[in-house]
Amino acid sequence: MDLNLTPNEQQFRDEFRAWLKANVPSEWKGGQLGSEDREDYIKYLRDWQRVLYEGGWAGISWPKAFGGRGATLMEQAIFQEELARANAPQLIGTIGLSLVGPTIIALGTDEQKARYLPKILSGEEIWCQGFSEPNAGSDLAALGTKAVRDGDDFIINGQKIWTSFAQLADWCLLLVRTDAEAPKHKGITCLLLDMRLEGIAVRPLRQMSGDSGFNEVFFSNVRVPVGQVLGEINKGWTTAITALMNERANLGTGVQVVFKRNLEALIARSRTVERQGRPASEDPLVRQKLAQAFLELEILRLNTNRALTSLSKTGIPGPEGSTLKLYWSEMNQRTQQTAQEILGPYGQLKEFDNGLWEYAYLRSRGNTIEAGTSEIQRNIIAERVLGLPKSY
Amino acid sequence: MDFDLSKPQKLLKESAREFLARECKPERVRALMETETAHDDGLWQAIADQGWLALLVPEEHGGLGLGLVEMAAVAEEMGRACLPGPFLSTLFATALIERAGSAEQRAKYLEPIAAGELRATVALLEEGASWDTESAKLKAQREGGSFRVTGRKLFVNDAETSNLLICVALDGDGLALLPVERGAGGVSIKPMASMDGTRKVYEVSFEGVSVPEADALGADGDARGALNGALEVATTALCAEMVGGMQWVLDTAVEYAKTRQQFGRAIGSFQAVQHQCADMLMMTESARSAAYYAAWTLTENDPAASVAVSIAKAYCSDAYREVGNRGVQVHGGIGFTWEHDLQLYYKRSKSSETLFGDATFHRERIACLVVDKEKN
Repeated sequence: MDLNLTPNEQQFRDEFRAWLKANVPSEWKGGQLGSEDREDYIKYLRDWQRVLYEGGWAGISWPKAFGGRGATLMEQAIFQEELARANAPQLIGTIGLSLVGPTIIALGTDEQKARYLPKILSGEEIWCQGFSEPNAGSDLAALGTKAVRDGDDFIINGQKIWTSFAQLADWCLLLVRTDAEAPKHKGITCLLLDMRLEGIAVRPLRQMSGDSGFNEVFFSNVRVPVGQVLGEINKGWTTAITALMNERANLGTGVQVVFKRNLEALIARSRTVERQGRPASEDPLVRQKLAQAFLELEILRLNTNRALTSLSKTGIPGPEGSTLKLYWSEMNQRTQQTAQEILGPYGQLKEFDNGLWEYAYLRSRGNTIEAGTSEIQRNIIAERVLGLPKSY
Repeated sequence: MDFDLSKPQKLLKESAREFLARECKPERVRALMETETAHDDGLWQAIADQGWLALLVPEEHGGLGLGLVEMAAVAEEMGRACLPGPFLSTLFATALIERAGSAEQRAKYLEPIAAGELRATVALLEEGASWDTESAKLKAQREGGSFRVTGRKLFVNDAETSNLLICVALDGDGLALLPVERGAGGVSIKPMASMDGTRKVYEVSFEGVSVPEADALGADGDARGALNGALEVATTALCAEMVGGMQWVLDTAVEYAKTRQQFGRAIGSFQAVQHQCADMLMMTESARSAAYYAAWTLTENDPAASVAVSIAKAYCSDAYREVGNRGVQVHGGIGFTWEHDLQLYYKRSKSSETLFGDATFHRERIACLVVDKEKN
């Protein structure tokens, strides 16, 4: 056991830290945003990814042959930590970088790799992920969006939902049903879909936080060339699993970035709001809750590092890795409740700290639902890690 | 970065597990639990022969000079076996002597400890029952070259079986760490019957007990600092032990859920039961991360060590209790019988929760180190 960085990891950290110091826009104040200034914000984030790309820091996990750095898992974790430390903006092309790109690298043709990968890295093309449907959420393989073969094309009809970034995406990694007769896992195909095709309608779903990050996407006789299949026809479930493994592997390190900043801000705020005429930070109960939030976040970091070690050595996240998403999603809800208790009425204000607390509280409610509900996470842990019999 | 046990550490852990599976079966735990001291000379000597008492003792004093990570690996297995007796109290005393003792004192006490010839314990708590060193109020009066002590210490682990008792007393504003040998005049020991029979606690009364000033530990240094450091070592070992206990409860509950049938199927196929087990796994693994991180930071003298130890103890205190609760729930009726071994772990979780400070105590320590950071 050695929790110190290796010399190589240190060098990687120092290099990225120096680069961030020179390149993080000075006017960037950090933190999460409310719904206001959304368009400005998006342009801002596109520009930021371009800066990272030009510096050679986009898609660091990708192999060098495809424009990445071939970074190890530890380096990827360091990358996230340094982004947090520098208070840097998030990466708007995250779905392309962390999910679509690696899936194309794993399963795409040479033409597909050449066509799509560079623009994912540069942020020139933003991707979304068309997986969930109104009747296929936790039971994703029940999806029903149909693609019917017509010559060299598929004709697509159906609907997706909860599609993050669809309102600004150029492309979509889309799961469709191409064989209605086959067992549900065996009739699915994965397509690389141009979001500007005729027959696609995007309807933003406003979240309770005010965000329009989620969307419904409707497909009405959308014509897609057969060459846009990623992987093989009717083997789309394999593609989906490849993509989702990347999603789950990525979630753990990314979220810490936001949480750490958020908790530091909360601790600072606890010194300015009061209880019984004294700073809340001196109130014993507030101190208990802050300490609990702090220790839970530290343990998230430790669990993540253990899972990274296990993944690096064996290719499998250990049992601690399988619990990461469940852990952080519930942790964040508890911490946001703590923030609300400490801040009192300030916590609900849309202009206090740029609406950070009101937003973070409401946004955290979705954490135990998105990317696999807590119930699904517990089912998976029970069956795959603990070896309990299947419940359904 | 490598957050995993090394190969030698894994071998050490495996050998500890094998030894305890052989020497510390539940029947033996139960038999010792029923005794007055929970101590067994044969088992103690066998533990000494394994080198576990020498593990943290420096090589110059006949020890192995290993670190806290190795200790944690062994302690985890002790917790899994619910090992009864005075190991942890002796470990606490070992860490204290190593930090506070002069070269001569270290040689005098550590060598026999490493060999299994000396068991020691630290008497810290008083009526206020708080684990912070500021709460030690028992006065050591200086009288003609000696400290004289009259008063009571409570919740002293394994006092009855310890040959050496280190009494924490107040000397002015500082602490006097007074080694009192078994049978010294004026010392009387009375059991405090408590929930966890595998780890006995005692009331120790001092009636004009006299210890030469020259014998006091840490006299020319920072006795309080040494005591806090030793507490951190013992707390970390306890956390690792708690992780082992949680693992036993988890494994046992999962095994039961796989075999127990109701409504014609294994109860482990019901999500209500599955989700209890999933939560137990999450808590056990999180506790493990925290305990080994504390062990590593202490070994490396990392500046984060104090926070790490309190994180581990705060989390493990809550988690072991909660894992125990759920473990009993999964078992249903059999889970709260005397007959089922769960009771051993359930009670151990409660005694461990308060030993060296509970979650509330350690959260306040974290707050002092984290929330008050900028002020200090």
